[in-house]
Parts: sequence; C-alpha cells; structure tokens
Amino acid sequence: MNGKDKGKVLEIENLNVYYGAIQALHGISFYVNKGEIVTLIGANGAGKTTTLRTVSGLQRPRPGVVRFLGADITHVKPHQIVKEGIVHVPEGRRIFSALTVKENLEMGAFIRTDKRSIQESMEQVFDHFPRLKERLHQLGGTLSGGEQQMLAIGRALMSKPKLLLLDEPSMGLAPILVEEIFKILQNINAQGVSVLLVEQNALMALSIADRGYVLETGFINIQGPAKELLTNPRVKAAYLGGS
Amino acid sequence: MENRHFWQSEVMNFGWLAGILVVLLALVGMVVSFSQRGFISGVMSEGQLLIFLTVALIGFVAGKKMERQSVLKVALWGGIIGFVAGLSLIVLVLLTGIKPLNLRSMFLNASPQLVKVLTFGKGQGAGFLYLLLLNILSGIFGGLAAVIPGIWGSGLANSALITILIGLLTDIWKTFLPRGVAKFFFANKGFNVTGFLITFFFILAFLLFWSLYGARIKVSYGNVASRQPKKVKITWWVISLVVLLLLPRLVGSYLSEVLDLVGIYIIMGLGLNIVVGFAGLLDLGYVAFFAIGAYTMGVFTSPELGLFHLTFWETLPLSILFAVLAGVLLGIPVLGMRGDYLAIVTMGFGEIIRLLVLSDALKPILGGAQGLVGIARPTVGHIVVKNPPQFYYLILAGIFIAWYVASALKDSKLGRAWMALREDEDVAQAMGINLVSIKLLAFATGAALSGLSGAIFAAKLNSMVPHSFTILISIYVLSLIIVGGVGSLPGVVVGALALIGTPELLREFAEYRMMIYGAVLVGMMLYKPEGLWPEPARRRELHGEEGKSAVTASTAPVQMSEEA
Repeated sequence: MNGKDKGKVLEIENLNVYYGAIQALHGISFYVNKGEIVTLIGANGAGKTTTLRTVSGLQRPRPGVVRFLGADITHVKPHQIVKEGIVHVPEGRRIFSALTVKENLEMGAFIRTDKRSIQESMEQVFDHFPRLKERLHQLGGTLSGGEQQMLAIGRALMSKPKLLLLDEPSMGLAPILVEEIFKILQNINAQGVSVLLVEQNALMALSIADRGYVLETGFINIQGPAKELLTNPRVKAAYLGGS
Repeated sequence: MENRHFWQSEVMNFGWLAGILVVLLALVGMVVSFSQRGFISGVMSEGQLLIFLTVALIGFVAGKKMERQSVLKVALWGGIIGFVAGLSLIVLVLLTGIKPLNLRSMFLNASPQLVKVLTFGKGQGAGFLYLLLLNILSGIFGGLAAVIPGIWGSGLANSALITILIGLLTDIWKTFLPRGVAKFFFANKGFNVTGFLITFFFILAFLLFWSLYGARIKVSYGNVASRQPKKVKITWWVISLVVLLLLPRLVGSYLSEVLDLVGIYIIMGLGLNIVVGFAGLLDLGYVAFFAIGAYTMGVFTSPELGLFHLTFWETLPLSILFAVLAGVLLGIPVLGMRGDYLAIVTMGFGEIIRLLVLSDALKPILGGAQGLVGIARPTVGHIVVKNPPQFYYLILAGIFIAWYVASALKDSKLGRAWMALREDEDVAQAMGINLVSIKLLAFATGAALSGLSGAIFAAKLNSMVPHSFTILISIYVLSLIIVGGVGSLPGVVVGALALIGTPELLREFAEYRMMIYGAVLVGMMLYKPEGLWPEPARRRELHGEEGKSAVTASTAPVQMSEEA
C-alpha cells in the first residue's frame, strides 16, 4: 500500500495482561509495519490504554510477547524501551505545567546528550508545531488544551523515536483542533516515524490510519485496512455513530 | 446586611472571631506565660502584646475584606472588633471571679495571675477600661493599616511588625550593642518608652523614605550592578562571608549555641529538601539517618563502649557511609510507593531506628536507654573543637558542603530527572528516566547530609540519648522546608532561622512551639503556599505571573486563588 516499507516495527503476540485477578487483555496480537499509522479503536475500558502501557513497559504481560524491530522487549525496563526508540504520550496532556515550553521540550530529550542534534530536533518540532515556537517561554500550564497536546507530542518527538505511542490525543479538544493535530501526525509519520494511535474518536483515527484494530473488552474482534473498517457495518454501527 | 440582625453581621463575625481567639490564647496559658517578659517596660508585657496583636490582625483581615469602603467605616469596624474582643476578655475575668463556678477546675490557666495581666494590675475598674481601650485601638489600627492606600497603610503595618520583632529579640541586641546605646533603648525587660517610640517612628520614616527614593536607589544600584556584575556579586559574597565568619565573635557564646543548633537543622534541611523538594518523595522518617550518623560517631569513638577508638575525622566518613547505606536500604522497599503511603512507611522506619538504639538487646553496642558518653571532639590542628563558637565554624563548613552538593545536583541532569519524577512519575518514565536509580539516589544523598549533621551533633553534645531522635525532629525539618519554600535552598536557611532559631531565643515560646508551628503552617498554606523564600519555578506555578490570559478554564492546572 502506497509504497510503505514492509518490515515490522512492532509485533504483539498473544498479549495477556491482568490487574490483580482481573484480566484486561485476552491474548491479543497485532503489528505495526515500518512507516505505518495503526490505530486501536474501542470504547472505554476496552483495554486500549493497557495495551500501550504494556508496549512501553509500564505493565507486564503474563504471558505475551512484545517485539520491537525484531527484538524481544517484553521484559525490558520502561526507561530502556525509550532508549530503544519507543515513546509514549500518555493520555490527558501530562506536560510539566511549571516549566516553560522550551524546558518541557528539553526534558523530552532527557536521554540524549548531543546538544546540537537536540537543537535540530527542536527545530523539527517547531516545523510541525509553529505555535510552540511562539509560546517558547510561556509556562506549560498556561497553554490552551490544544497547545498542551501539541507540547506533549512535541516533547515525545524530542527523544527521536522510531515508534510513537499516542493515547487519546483528541480527548477534550474541539473538532477543529483535533483535525489540526491529526494532520500534523500525518506529517510526522511522513518523516518516517511509525505511529500506534489509540482513540475513541474512531472516525478521525481511521481517516488518517493505514490499518486499524477494534478492541472490545480485551479482545481484538475486527481488524483490517482503515478504509475497509470505515465501511464495515459492525464498526459503523458501534463506533462511527450509526449508518 | 439590612435584613440580618446586627449580631450576625459580618463585622460581628470578625468580632466573635477576635473574641474567641484572645480568650483561647488566655486560657491555654500563652498570655500569662508571655507576660513574664516585658515588651515596653512598665507599660505592656509580651502577653498583653499578644492579645493586641491578635486583635489588630483580625482588624487587618476585616479591613482587607472591605477595601472599597471609606476609611471612617473601616475604623468603626476595627473599633467594634476590638470592643468585642475586649469585652470577651472582661467577661472571662468576671467569670474567674465567680467562686462557685470554679473556672479553674476546668481551665488551669484561668488564674489570678491571668486576671492581673488582663487588668494591667490596676483592678477591675481602671483595668477594664484600659483593656477595652487598647483593644479598640488595636482593632482600629489593624483596620486602618489595611485600607489606607499607598505607603502610609503598609508602612504603619510593617513598622509596627518590625518594631515588635525588635522588641521580642531585645536580649540579642543587648549582647552586641554598646552598653550606653542599649540602655537608651531598652529597659531591663523589653523596650523603654522612648526606645519604643524612637524605634517605631524611625522605621516608619525609613519606610517612607524608601518608598520615595527606594526606586531611584535601586535603579542606580542596578546600573552599577549591570556595569560590573561580577564585581558587585563578588563584593556581596565577600561581605556575607566576612559577616558569617565574624558572627560568633559578635553575638557571644549563648547565641552561638543557638546558631549551632540552627546550623545543624540547616544541614538536615538541605538534605531533606533533596528528597522532598527536588524529588517529591515525602519522607517522614528522616530523623533515622540523623540518628545513624550520630550513633556511628558515638559507637566508633566513645571509650565507654570500648569497641573502637577512632577519631572524629576518621569516623565522619563512616557516619555518612552508614547513613547512605540506610538510605538505600529504606529506598528499596518503598520504590513503588508514593504520597501518603511513602510517608507512613518512612515514618515507621524512623521509629524502628529509634527503638533499636533504645533496646536492651543492643545495649552492648549502642548504649541502650542511657545513651553514650565521651564521644570524640573534633580536632583541627592542635585545637580541640568544643565550645559553641568553635563548633559554629565546623557547622558552617558543613552547611557550605551541603549547599554545594544540593545546588550542584539541582542544576544537573539528575536534578531535572528528580523534577520530572516529582511532577509526574509515568511521564518521567516515558522520557527514559530510570526511576529506580534516581529514587535511590535521592534517598542516599538526603541521608548522607543527615548523617553528616548527626555526626556533628553527636560530637557537639559529647554524649547522647535515644530520646534525642524522636519523630519530632523529622517534623521540624519538614516544617522548616515548607515554611522556607519547598525546593528552595535559601528557603531552608530562612525556615530554620524562623522555626528553630526563634523558639530558642524566645524561651517562653518553646512551650507552645507545636501550637505556633501549627498556626504558622496553616497560615502559610493559606496565604503564602510557596514559602518565605520560594524557588522561582514554584512561585510561577502558584501565582502564574505570565500569560494569565492564555489559561483556559478546562485545562488550567489547579491554581491557588491568590487575592491578597
């Protein structure tokens, strides 16, 4: 499909995750190809966030395998996973509100040491989000909701990830802002960053994704190219607001 | 207000509040206890001052609340508040006079002495009048200070407060002012009348002068400073260093002792500030590391146990080492905890250490309940460090080391990782920060400084008992950090001076220390949550100086409302 590299960035096999005695994920499997945007859609409590947390090492599967660029990272520590090239933008725009935009971005480059290439990354972030440049010395907490989400994504990009995990970037934002942010996500993706996008806003997510998976109470029940899912009657009925 | 009864009106709310407060202060014994010291000799004792200060404070708060009203009305309000407070005290005095009621069986402090203090020793007629009048004046003063615009209002309030502070610390001034000058200003107990008046009006005049010309002076100083920033900075450093070095000579032995104690707490505060202020890990068992540092010093040097015979300097690294080990040991089990859970577990750890040193089983190695004696004194060259001024220099050196460590860490990569940990653990992890190692490093460095402080403490006391290491120490250190400003290094110094130094100087306060701490902490949280000398980032967070317009209601972080 439109010439995307076919190697797998991320491969999830038979992922089972429990919170105490409660099973949140029931043996799900999926993958993300290099250069793809893949979306996990589903309702509240379906296990979307749990999936992302497991990929980034915050949650341990039992059993299950997470492979990144072919290597098993199931038991790698979270901070090392970041160094491998996976970065997680958690739900709810959790930026450092007492730090300026610039300081927030610098925190994002925590694992990197080369000052010049950090500066280059910052310029790239500004190319994607010119608004952040305008607000460079403003406190994170004083940004608008959309700007905070941009900052959260920009901060994640500062670690030069190969795979970006996004948890509900559209949450609580006006539709026009969601559109703007999703367009930028496509630009970021076009520059070679693979994206795993978790969303409740299925329509928006499927409209920019290459492929999608529908997660329902811990099971993946439907999967396929995003275009097909958009026309799938079951998806339409449950997640796209009727016909 | 028209529809409500006068007794329920807002001014009366303030009046009742003032009345309840002053009666409370009288009944817990603070008034009598403070009245042993004079404020203005022969005119007003500190106990009486406490009452009037409270009433003025309530008047001030009330005045602030009705800022737009006319000055006259505010004065009336202040007067009413003072009147109610005065009346409440008069009722209290009358109640103590009723024999069958026997108020004293319930309130131990409702004593004849209290009556004497409240009536200025003038009996019920003139005494009541006096009390009422001064209360009314205090209320009016407080109210006016709040509403008179510009420098006059704030000048009145500030010069009153500064004068009171000077008066409370009379003993200090006496130690280093020339005798003639001291005699002119101060009587045996507190100010004399001329001293009080001159001090008050001099400060008022100075504040007025500063408001007129201060800006200009600041600008010209700023010009000099910007032209030769290095020179100015170095000058300040040299001046502060000289003052710090000469301080014990200036203030004498007793105050050196107080400074020593403050210094020991500063070192501890700088350490706990790393754990709590930088990394955001609420540690209530901090005294444990202090105890470990002190006991290491004791066990390795005390001839009484006869186990080892090391010198102070040989043991000092061991004290720090053992504290660090304990810090890591405590850190490992609490890695997954935050907030209140962490606080409880660390508190338990502190108690465990105290019980261990107290235990009979460990008596042969730790000395048990009797503690240890004959702990080594440090020697520098041929000098044995033993009196307070000598220890002052040792402690000062300790503070410099602790300060250097803390400030270097704060600006380091580790410092930024701690900041991220404090703000959001998950996000910190998502940025590639190894939470395990930075948490352990925070506990370890904090413990190291506490151990250093404990070692000096043990050597200074020469002997020690387990009782010196109660949880109160942890609470004092935490409180001084909060009062100074969480995460701020100068804040630790200010907080230690305020919370540790002041009670030592005002011995009468010591008895009510925890009560005053409580009041101060509540007040701080309400009106100055960022502390007395806050860290810039924290001030920004709590007050949001810039870009207020960009705050959107739905996403703005929780902001303390700050109207004052």
